[in-house]
Amino acid sequence: MSELITKTAAELASAIASGAVSAVEVAQAHLDRIAEVDGRVHAFLHVDTEGALAAAKAVDSRRAAGERLGALAGVPLGLKDVMCMEGIPTTCGSKMLEGWRPPYDATVTRRLKDAGVVILGKTNMDEFAMGSSTEHSAYGPTRNPWDLERIPGGSGGGSSACLAAYEAPLAIGTDTGGSIRQPAAVTGTVGVKPTYGAVSRYGLIALASSLDQAGPCARNVLDTALLHSVIAGHDPHDSTSLTDAVPDVVAAAGTRDLTGMRIGVVKELGGEGYQAGVRQRFDEAVAALTSLGAEIVEVSCPHFDYALAAYYLILPSECSSNLAKFDGMRYGLRVGDDGESSVEQVMGRTRAAGFGEEVTRRIILGTYALSAGYYDAFYGSAQKIRTLIQRDFNDAFAKVDVLVSPTAPTTAFKLGEKLDDPLAMYLNDIATIPANLAGTPGMSIPIGLAPEDNLPVGLQIMAPARADERMYAVGGALEAALLAQWGAPILSKAVAL
Amino acid sequence: MASPEITPDDVAHLARLARIDIPADRLAYYAGQLEVILGSIAKVSEVAGDDVPATSHPQPLTNAFREDEPGQSLTAEQALSGAPSVEDSRFRVPRILDEEA
Repeated sequence: MSELITKTAAELASAIASGAVSAVEVAQAHLDRIAEVDGRVHAFLHVDTEGALAAAKAVDSRRAAGERLGALAGVPLGLKDVMCMEGIPTTCGSKMLEGWRPPYDATVTRRLKDAGVVILGKTNMDEFAMGSSTEHSAYGPTRNPWDLERIPGGSGGGSSACLAAYEAPLAIGTDTGGSIRQPAAVTGTVGVKPTYGAVSRYGLIALASSLDQAGPCARNVLDTALLHSVIAGHDPHDSTSLTDAVPDVVAAAGTRDLTGMRIGVVKELGGEGYQAGVRQRFDEAVAALTSLGAEIVEVSCPHFDYALAAYYLILPSECSSNLAKFDGMRYGLRVGDDGESSVEQVMGRTRAAGFGEEVTRRIILGTYALSAGYYDAFYGSAQKIRTLIQRDFNDAFAKVDVLVSPTAPTTAFKLGEKLDDPLAMYLNDIATIPANLAGTPGMSIPIGLAPEDNLPVGLQIMAPARADERMYAVGGALEAALLAQWGAPILSKAVAL
Repeated sequence: MASPEITPDDVAHLARLARIDIPADRLAYYAGQLEVILGSIAKVSEVAGDDVPATSHPQPLTNAFREDEPGQSLTAEQALSGAPSVEDSRFRVPRILDEEA
């Protein structure tokens, strides 16, 4: 295995810019690694060998011509299969879009290409991003590089696993209820859901439009910040895109002292239902934050107890509407068009054949929640809880700068363990959902291994909307302190593939 | 509110509305699961009173307008590139009207 694959994105970019290594060599080393391990991990649904090498070659040519390269030029990346990429198969983990090649790039994809980032391929995910384990992918599960019998989180399990398996130093995820943060937590990697609207949703295949947010994934805080800077910023193609300047998250990631920072521990996230080893590592991380100079305050967000229930009404309602476009008429699968059947019959057959069980379940649930007679009691009430959760955040951020909690209640569970129990699966997102409902940013960073199973535990850092840099400051400082304590990055403790 | 009872017939009705042909032998399976899920989320109606406004979106957005200027868009060929069936540069779809119509 080439030593290039264990480098950080920042190191690779600087080596490429200085000419110490070529972008083509870097891309080839990662393609070789994918060929070596991805048969076991299954992080990728599609590897674009030709495109990746061509993009790398273009970076090398630009360098040779004396052009000044961007901060991530030549660095390889795994792109979640929810994101459109022109001419490259984009399935969203569903049979509904098998073989579909988008005629355009998502804004995120376009910005990555413009920055010279080398897109290696499309990463696996739960079908239409519905799930917490990547087991709901129509193309088979991704496995956790720490233990191939365990889940890599979801829905972005391909993106988290490709980082942990050293198949790519960077990845893109999308987070509707925790799909960036929970996979990061269970694979010992870093994932950020920026403030809602910070990263364009144009070309991101929608799950729930008021909750979806794309974000950066990497093996450390600085790389995540560098990627954040590339993909964030206003996009006229997305009417919900923020017009603010992108905060200086790269500078914030260099923070090493938290003196004067007030950090709130959320009382409602972390008690009953959280694994003992998760709680232990969380308590130690909070102690480490104190050592870094931060003041720790316990904060109560009483309506967080209702977040999961509200989410599982709002999300299915929005997704049942968003997924109505997969009707077999303009793109994707069409089944049973025999020349005799009506358009409605063909739609019914197509959607039954194209959607997996979890997608069907959520569409039916959303259709129910939006039905006459139930709308006020369910969807209407859930929207009111959304207001109460926003108020909880506002009250908390009047007292503290950031909030912390465990990212997920448990470490990575076994494949198949929760597949037949939707409610148990939904509980994985209990700590991450409030930020989606409120549109506030959240980050997960690794804080050690749970003593009972030697699997990674994540710390979630939450900041007020449009103050993403605060998470990078706290994450950067804590990461540096833990690295000094451990002597090596957490992934060096993973069993070699 | 009390957790509602969901029957296989309810699921069949919802599936028709959602245009998904769920096989008859799977209706009871989904009905059972839906009832359990709804039972666990019915508590949403307990907490918020009439004085709490609803939030549909995390940002206090009103309409975002831009100038209506001609720009680049997909060609007909690109737009049709993923279509299951094409005829005369158009999407070809199954019949929309009933026989009697």
